[in-house]
This record gives sequence, structure tokens and C-alpha cells, in this order.
Amino acid sequence: MIKTKDLRKDFAVRVKSGRFRREKRVVEAVAGVSLSIGAGEMVGYIGPNGAGKSTTLKMLTGVLSPSGGEVEVCGLRPVPQRTKLALRIGVVFGQRSQLWWDLPLHESFALLRHIYRVPAAEHRERLRRCRELLDLDDFLDTPVRQLSLGQRMRGELTAALLHGPRVLFLDEPTIGLDVVSKQAVRSFLAELGATGDVTLVLTTHDLADIERLCERLVVIDHGRVVHDGTIEALHARYGSRRSLVADLSSPLPPGFELPGATLIGVEADRHRVTFALDGVTAGAAVADLVAAVPIRDLSVVEPDIEDVVARLYAG
Amino acid sequence: MGEFRAYVALAGAQARSAFSYRVSFLIEMVVNVGATFFDVLSVLVLFRATDRIGGFALPEALLVTSLTSAGFSLADFVVGNVDRLKTYVRAGTLDAVLVRPLGVLPQLLLMDLPMRKVLRVIFGLTMLGVALGLNDIDWTPSRVVLITLAPLSCAVFMSAIFVISASLAFWWVESGEIGSAFTYGGRDFASYPITVYGPAFRGLFAYALGFAFVSYQPALALLGHADPLGLPAWAGFASPLVALGAATIAAIMWRVGIRQYRSTGS
Repeated sequence: MIKTKDLRKDFAVRVKSGRFRREKRVVEAVAGVSLSIGAGEMVGYIGPNGAGKSTTLKMLTGVLSPSGGEVEVCGLRPVPQRTKLALRIGVVFGQRSQLWWDLPLHESFALLRHIYRVPAAEHRERLRRCRELLDLDDFLDTPVRQLSLGQRMRGELTAALLHGPRVLFLDEPTIGLDVVSKQAVRSFLAELGATGDVTLVLTTHDLADIERLCERLVVIDHGRVVHDGTIEALHARYGSRRSLVADLSSPLPPGFELPGATLIGVEADRHRVTFALDGVTAGAAVADLVAAVPIRDLSVVEPDIEDVVARLYAG
Repeated sequence: MGEFRAYVALAGAQARSAFSYRVSFLIEMVVNVGATFFDVLSVLVLFRATDRIGGFALPEALLVTSLTSAGFSLADFVVGNVDRLKTYVRAGTLDAVLVRPLGVLPQLLLMDLPMRKVLRVIFGLTMLGVALGLNDIDWTPSRVVLITLAPLSCAVFMSAIFVISASLAFWWVESGEIGSAFTYGGRDFASYPITVYGPAFRGLFAYALGFAFVSYQPALALLGHADPLGLPAWAGFASPLVALGAATIAAIMWRVGIRQYRSTGS
């Protein structure tokens, strides 16, 4: 559905280099991204600010023309065939509205039907589904400018789906939303993805979005893909480990070593310790620890994707 | 056909949006009536101060002024909005326009429906009618053709200037009011017989940029006067071609500009 090969985008940036002099410098926002995304996949596209996520998305949607490489979406070349492609994709920008600011929400939907030339019956059916799943009925008559961010985002999602796109691009769809709205958006997207009719590509800073929605994770940094695979593969590759946190009744003896685990944290006068488990089962580690020191409480912590990604960005 | 209906729907939405701020719409309307009144006044004042301008009698000069006014106001009404492009480029709003299955320029133009500018079009056309009445024109068939084509060519030419000035923003986001120098500056230049300007200035604006063909040359052809600056009589009929040339350049610049668009980070 989406294919890119060595996709690049350079920006020329003028940098002040003297009182009146400016130097031209080329910044590679996207430096050779090769991706292949099949129909019905749900892909999370993440990276730190300025990594090139949005730029890639804009090249896939025909907003920006690439500086080099190849790109194909739905069998079309995005920039030369922009209007044709627009009929087959849906785009949600978390920070930019696609709706008509001063008109009631339902009017935006009616307009989009004309813009995308959707037959009335199809339009009605899709709108009905979205109204049900996203609880739009309470604010369909409210001008968009008066909607809360959560309501507006539900409107944006509907707007992007009314023409039945084959691919849905979401650029930070949960940005700024409260927990409840985030949940609503995520469950909606999960349901949408489960039908398998739509290919989903989403960028986000909220890794919970990814854990909830995407099997495949593409991590980009400095314009290059640094990881492409499942979340599990990411953990395996970057050695993120489960850890064992124990509250001890007496302080941990100095020089204590737990076979197959590394001591990574000591707190509260050596009464609370954290071990990272390298290839040893939690059961064996607990047994070894109990044999050496009396334990009051303990827990096993699953690896946190945020930590992995933070390490990835830092490295 | 479906595309046309989409544009109609967009225009309707824009009108409804404008009416959702009724008071400000009304105020704008009133302000524009006032501005139009001052337009009339400034022409009257100018023509009371002297009786010949650049070797042209007043009614003749008025024909030049009114041709420009009619064409420019028409262009301003239809594509004048395009000068907001720089705001959209700066804010990155153009992204939303680019992901829709419609042309970028028509969408931008329909993002605001300047009903308030209609008054100026009416004023321009009325002035043109008055100027035609004041001059004793020998109405040959070719002149009848010319008087229908001339305001339209002028409008097309001015529209091209609007689009070219606006597309500067694709390369140079801080283009600011540079574009206005060519749009409003060009209108003011073409409002008087070009014989009033010095040779260097005239050479640049009138011939290199083509503003002589907006109103001056067609007016000469309508009046049946020989050009004091020496261009042959058919030069007046060249204005549609000049307009077409300008429109082609504008279209190319626009297309190249869109490819150049850099969006903003988000």
C-alpha cells in the first residue's frame, strides 16, 4: 500500500554567520527512509521532535515533494497525482483542523461529501457508524470553534473517514487530549484497524498509543530509520529487561550478587533494591534473593517502552 | 462536473461562515461603501486640478483610469485573496488544502468570499461607462470587440500579477508587502496615461512588465489616437495576448512554487 525507497528531504536553512552574512546550510530532515507497508497494517511511526516524522508523512500525502528517492502510496506518486491520491487517503493532523471553524460540525461533513464526491447513501452510512462509535450526536450542531479539543478530534477523525479512504494518516492524533478522550480515540482506531479495510499510519509521542494500537513500530531519528519491527523485537534488540524490585527487612549486605541479574538501584538505606534480570527467570531470582535476605515485599516490573525509546533517542 | 459542485459548496460554506459574524460583516460593508466614495472623490479632485494629463484631455485620461479601475477591481474581487497565501505558508495551513482532492488556487480563493469588494467592481464598471460616454468614439466592429476584451484582459493581467506576487511567499516567507508594490503599484501606474512618467520608469513598468497594455494602449485604439510614444495602432489589440502571456508566467510560477512549499514543523 505504501512503498518508499531511499526517500529524502533536504531543507536549505540560512544561518546567521556574521553581522550581515548568512550562510546557507542544508539540513537533511529525512535522509533515506525505505519502508514497505502492506494493506491493513497498523504502523506506529515515532521519533523525537525534529526527527523527520511529520516530514515523511507530508511526503506520503503529497504535501511536500521529496528531494530524492521514490515514494508510492496506493500505487500513485503523491505529488504529481496529488488530487487522485487525496480521494484514497484520509489525513488527520492533530494540530491543524480540517473542519470549517465557523460552521456547525454537521455542515463540515456535508461539505466534505461534495469535496470528495461521495454518493449520498455511502456518506450517510459512514457518518452513521462514526456517530455511533464516537458519540458525535451531542455536538453535531455546535460550531467547530466552540467544540472542546476532544470533541473536535472526534470530528476530525470522522471527517478523514467519510470518503472511505484506503490509508489513514494520523499525525499526533491524541496530542493534548485528556485521558478519557485519548481512550475514545484509541478504541475507535483499534476497532477501525481490526476491520482490516484501512491501513493506519500514525505518528505520536504517546507510546501508549503504539502499545495499544500498533503491532509494527518504526522508529526514526535524525531522518533515518533506527528500528522497524514489533515492540517485542525492539525490547530484545535494545536489551530492555524485566526488573525485580524488592523491599528488604534488613539492609542488603555489601558485595551481594544475584546470579543472572544486575543490581541497578539501591534506595532507602539499602532497604529497597532493584535488579535487572538478564536471562534468569523471576522465580529463580526471587528464590536466590530470599535465601540471602529476608523480604517484605516485591514486584516484577515489565520493561517500559518509554525507557527503551528514551535510550534509543539518547544513543 | 462534480468538482464544480464541490467549489460551489465551498463558496456557500464561506458565505455562511461570514454571516455567522453578522455585525463585522455589516461593518465591513459600510466601510467599503465609504472607501468607494473616496475613490470617486479622488478621481474628481484630480480632474479638477488640471485639464490635460500627459498630453491627454480629461475625458481621454478618464478612459485610461476607468479601464484600469474596472479590470483591477474585477481581478481583486476574484483572485485578490491570494495575497493571503503568505499567511497560510507561514502558518502551514496550506497542508490542509493540499490533502484535499481539489485545486489549490481555487480552494484558497474560496477560503474567503469578498462580497465587500463587489461594490468596487460596480464602481469601476460604472466609471468605465461614464468615460465611454464622455468620449466621442467611432464605434467600428473591431472597437466593439475591443471594449469587451479590454477590461477582461486587464482583469486577467492583474490577476496574473496578484498570483505572481503572492507566489513569492513560497520562496520567501517574509515577502511581506513586496507583492503589493506590483499589484497596487501596478494599478496606480496604469491609472494614468503612461506619457506622464519618465523614460526609465516607463520602460520598466510599461513595456518590460507590460502595464502599458492594461489600459493605455487599448484606450488609444478605442479613441483612434496615434501613440505619442510610437507604438503602432494594433498595439491596443495586443492586450489579450499580453494578458495571456502574464497568465502563463503566473501559472508556471504557481506550479513551481507549490513544489517549493516547505510546510512547517508540527
